[in-house]
Amino acid sequence: MLDLLFGPFIEFGFLRRALVGCMALSLAAPPLGVFLMLRRMSLTADVLAHGILPGIAAGFLVAGLSVTAMSVGGLFAGLVVALGAGALSRATGGREDAALAALYLVALALGVTLISTRAGSVELSHLLFGSVLGVDDPALFMMAGVSSLTLLALAFAWRPLVLECFDPSFAAAAGARGGLWHLLFLGLVVLNVLAAFQALGTLMAVGLMMLPAVAARHWARSVGGMAYASVAIALFSSAAGLLLSYHLDLPSGPAIVLVAGGCWVVSLVAGPVDGLLARWLKRPHLAG
Amino acid sequence: MIRLDNLTLTHGRRAAVHHVTGEFASGSLTAIVGPNGAGKSTLLRAIAGLHRPGGGSVAAPRQGIALLPQVAAVDRAFPVCCLDVVQFGHWARAGAFRAIRPAERARSVQALAAVGLEGFERRPVGSLSVGQFQRVLFARLLVQDAPVILLDEPFNALDARTIHDLLALVRRWHGEGRTVVAVLHDIALVEREFPETLLLAREAIAWGPTAEALSPANRLRARMMAEAWMDDAEACTRDAA
Repeated sequence: MLDLLFGPFIEFGFLRRALVGCMALSLAAPPLGVFLMLRRMSLTADVLAHGILPGIAAGFLVAGLSVTAMSVGGLFAGLVVALGAGALSRATGGREDAALAALYLVALALGVTLISTRAGSVELSHLLFGSVLGVDDPALFMMAGVSSLTLLALAFAWRPLVLECFDPSFAAAAGARGGLWHLLFLGLVVLNVLAAFQALGTLMAVGLMMLPAVAARHWARSVGGMAYASVAIALFSSAAGLLLSYHLDLPSGPAIVLVAGGCWVVSLVAGPVDGLLARWLKRPHLAG
Repeated sequence: MIRLDNLTLTHGRRAAVHHVTGEFASGSLTAIVGPNGAGKSTLLRAIAGLHRPGGGSVAAPRQGIALLPQVAAVDRAFPVCCLDVVQFGHWARAGAFRAIRPAERARSVQALAAVGLEGFERRPVGSLSVGQFQRVLFARLLVQDAPVILLDEPFNALDARTIHDLLALVRRWHGEGRTVVAVLHDIALVEREFPETLLLAREAIAWGPTAEALSPANRLRARMMAEAWMDDAEACTRDAA
C-alpha cells in the first residue's frame, strides 16, 4: 500500500518535480478561484486561460519553447484580455459574459493559428494540454515564485478583496479604491493561469483553480474556510491524479483535473453546506 | 454641510437628475422623496462621491460620509458572519492592512447589541432575515461613526418593529448633530419623523420644511412629471447656464 502511494515519487525524479509543481499551484490558485466564484466570475478564469494563448504563441514564435518568452507573452496577452473585456462591456453597454466569450474564442483561434505556422502537432498539443511530467527547472521556479507571490498578496489584501466582493458600493464610499484591488486580483489570476499553463496546458490550466474552489463551497460557510478547503482539495487532487496517471497509465494533466472533478461531485452530494444529501436528510419538518 | 450647485447627473447620455441646487445643512435630517426613477439613489451616490456629475457640482466633505446601500445591492449569500460585516465599519481608520484592535472589536460587538442582535457575532449573514440583515448594516453605520450618514431606502420590506428600532437610531444620530439624508417612500413616516424634505422628480420640485415640500400641489406636480417620463426626451429642456 505504502509502496503504491510513495513508490513512484521515490523512484522517479520527474514525478517528484511534477508533484512539487502541482503542490505550488494548489497552494495559491484555489483561493483565487474562491474569490472568482464568489464574484460570479467563474468563467473569467477560463477566458483568461484561453486568452493568454496568442501571447504564448508569440513568445513561442520568437524563442521556441522557452518558459520566459512564453510567460512574458502570455502575461501581456492575459492582461489585455482581462482589462479589454471589462472595458469592452462598459463601452458597449453589453453584458460582460458575452464580450468575454467573443474575446476568448478569437484568442484561442488566433493562438492555434499562430502556433501552427511554425510548430508541429507535438508542440501544439504540448501547449494546449501541457505536460506535467515534463516540468523543467525554469517552469518549476516560475510556479513556486507565482505561488509565493500570490500567498503574500492574499495575506495582505484579504480585507479589501473580501469587502470588494461583498459590498462594492460601501467599499467605494469608504474610499477603499475597489478598482485598484480588482486589478491586482485580476493580475494574480493571470499569473496563476500562466503558472498552471506550464503543467496543465492552456485548455485545462484553470482546472486546479476553479474545481477545488467550487467544491470547497460545500465544506465551509466563511471565505477563509472555503480557501483552506479548496487548497486541501487541490493538494489531494494533485497527488492522487499523479498516482492514478502513473498506475493506470493515464495522461497526467487530465488525471489531476478528473480527480478534482470527482472531489467536486463528492462535495456536491455529501458536503455539509448545501450538499444534496444534507438537503435531502433535512426534509422540512413534519413532512412524511 | 453638503452643497449641490446646479447639479446634473446622467446615466450614459440620459439625464437622471437635472439642475438641482441647494444644501443639506450640518446636522439636518432630510428625506429624499419622489417617484421611482426620479434619481433619488443616483443623487445619494453622487453625494457619496460614487457618481461623477454630468454638470454642476457637489460640495461634500471627502471623508466621513457613511453610505447605507440598498439591501438589494449587497450580496446577502456571501459567506461572511455578522461581526465581519460590522468590522468593515472600521475601514476609514484601519484601512486595508492594519489589524483590528481589541477596543475596536469590542465596539463592533456593542454595535451589534445596540441593533438588537446580541450573540449574532458568528452567524453567517446568509442565515439572516431581511430585517436582521438591515440591522447588521445599521450596526456597521454605528461603527463607522461618520458625521454624514446617507441611507438609501433603509426601511424597504421591513416589519413595523424593525422600522421602529432603526428609526430610533436615526433619531439618535440626529440628536448627536450628524447630518442624515434618507431616500424614503413612506410619506406618512417622512411627515412624522423628518423635518426637511427634498421632493425629487428628476428635478427638485420642492426642498425645505417637510410640510411645505410635501404640499398637495407639489406632490401632484411630482406625479405628473413621472407620468411624462414615458415619452421622455433625452435632451435637457432648460439651458445649462
